[in-house]
Amino acid sequence: MTKKVATREAYGRALAELGKKNSAVVVLDADLSKSTKTADFAKVFPDRFFNMGVAEQNLMGTAAGLAAAGKIAFASTFAVFAAGRAFDQIRNSVAYNRLNVKIAATHAGITVGEDGGSHQAIEDIALMRSLPNMTVFVPADEAETAGAVEAAAQMNGPVYIRLGRAGVPPIHGEGFRFETGKAVVVREGRDAAVIATGIMVTVALEAAVTLAKEGIEVRIISMHTIKPLDVKTIVSAARETGALVTAEEHSVIGGLGGAVSEAVCENHPVPLKRLGIQDEFGESGKPDELLVKFGLTAAAIAGAVREVVKRKG
Amino acid sequence: MENSEKELAVLKAAANEIRQDIIRMLGTAGSGHPGGSLSAADIVTALYFKFLRIDPENPKNPDRDRFILSKGHAAPVLYSALAQRGYFKREELLTLRKLGSRLQGHPDMKKLPGVDMSTGSLGQGLSAANGMALAGRLDSKDYRVYVLLGDGETQEGQVWEAAMASAHYRLDNLTAFLDHNRLQIDGPIEEVMSPEPLADKWRAFGWDVQVIDGHDMNQILQAVERALTVKGKPQMIVAETVKGKGVSFMENQAGWHGSTPNQEQTEKALAELLANKL
Ligand SMILES: Cc1ncc(C[n+]2csc(CCOP(=O)(O)OP(=O)(O)O)c2C)c(N)n1
Ligand SMILES: [Mg+2]
Repeated sequence: MTKKVATREAYGRALAELGKKNSAVVVLDADLSKSTKTADFAKVFPDRFFNMGVAEQNLMGTAAGLAAAGKIAFASTFAVFAAGRAFDQIRNSVAYNRLNVKIAATHAGITVGEDGGSHQAIEDIALMRSLPNMTVFVPADEAETAGAVEAAAQMNGPVYIRLGRAGVPPIHGEGFRFETGKAVVVREGRDAAVIATGIMVTVALEAAVTLAKEGIEVRIISMHTIKPLDVKTIVSAARETGALVTAEEHSVIGGLGGAVSEAVCENHPVPLKRLGIQDEFGESGKPDELLVKFGLTAAAIAGAVREVVKRKG
Repeated sequence: MENSEKELAVLKAAANEIRQDIIRMLGTAGSGHPGGSLSAADIVTALYFKFLRIDPENPKNPDRDRFILSKGHAAPVLYSALAQRGYFKREELLTLRKLGSRLQGHPDMKKLPGVDMSTGSLGQGLSAANGMALAGRLDSKDYRVYVLLGDGETQEGQVWEAAMASAHYRLDNLTAFLDHNRLQIDGPIEEVMSPEPLADKWRAFGWDVQVIDGHDMNQILQAVERALTVKGKPQMIVAETVKGKGVSFMENQAGWHGSTPNQEQTEKALAELLANKL
């Protein structure tokens, strides 16, 4: 079995690596550097690391100032505090000015686990996606995370990178190249397509194996960029398979499911089901228990695929 | 150090011109914020006509001093100073708040050259100033960062997050002003939600603090000159000001925070300012 790596760990490594290549990179954190893994960068580049304490609004505002003075500022904390607590600072100080602030938010979604609903961001994609100028990445594994960090540093303007606490296996082969706004078909199929993001890509691949035994071939798409959305790949999937399921560790309102539904309705309506958090808050528990409780399992994805395939008529 | 009479006279005249611009701009726009623009006019004049090392021909020069108007609703005072320093023609001031204008209701760094940070959502300017000051230090540049805060604005929690950080990082390349006009939209700050004692609070947060008359040009110059010599601490200059300063019927009236003069009031205000011109 291949080794699982949490995307936050992959972020820590990618960031420390980036620091060597690019001296304009600075990193800010809000007293969570050991959890967000920015501590990896801080260890190597103490002069370019700023701990802002438990003060997320000032974290984002300071990052904006650093960016306005020519730096590429990576700002990290938990997703719930980054996107939620500091939303107005992200809106008005960062996004409005199209500044080079890269918000790398860890511990997104319910796999935060035992800390409970107060710490489980289920709305951050929706918030960040609604902001003009903002690019939104939700990497599914180590390779996508490294690609997202690199791409964020290269591009001009604000980026939100959504990272997780739980380990995920690699889903891409050797030759994988991360391209902003370009979804990746990680398994071919013509009967239905599952468009997944983050940890749900792995879960969708499991579901595809089960469904194949029943004679249902599903296409699995890793949507690592939520914005700009790869409408072309989505519409091709709708046209070629005729049935879609979205899967995300986020509310079905405003996230991947919302974005895909918008694209499908406007371009090529087909039966579609959104798997995700069904408009409720999370709670304490082990990550695996929570995924079962909130219906984010391979079995749930398989069930949803059977349903949309049936609705094709 | 005494500043020469001649220099003071020039600066006072410039401040008077800025006040006239504010009245003309707001009278024409029909919306906007005269009170807090007028109270800040002398401070902004001192910065733009004496201290800021800036080049209107090269507004993005990485070595320039920065100014952030954290109380962004006072945009007219900044726009007038920028126009008078040559960033754009003074006629453009009358496009304030109109469709397509670079002079947005609140300062927009993407639209108008010379604006170092967009503001308008109160409480955010000092954080951005900290970021610029940190970047300047990292890059071994000797530029300074100036920021102007409202007193009502200090009710925002982020201001104190930032105040803590400026002192923690010993940002002595950062000088802040507090426009202590004692009024906000709904009335006196001490009635709405008192942030007092403000000078003590900034001192307790680790800042070098001076309290001055924010309409006495000589005191403003001396305070900034002293601030420039402070090592290891950010500096706060608490400027005791009068909201609406310079226009008798606007002075100390919360109602003139966000309402604009009609034509008759505009003429009266301009006549008063012209009469007070040295
Ligand atoms: C975050 C935020 N909340 C509310 C407002 C609306 N607002 C504009 S000015 C103002 C009062 C500001 O008072 P003060 O800082 O004392 O400004 P001044 O008296 O110098 O005009 C308010 C509440 C705003 N611009 N930003
Ligand atoms: Mg006030």
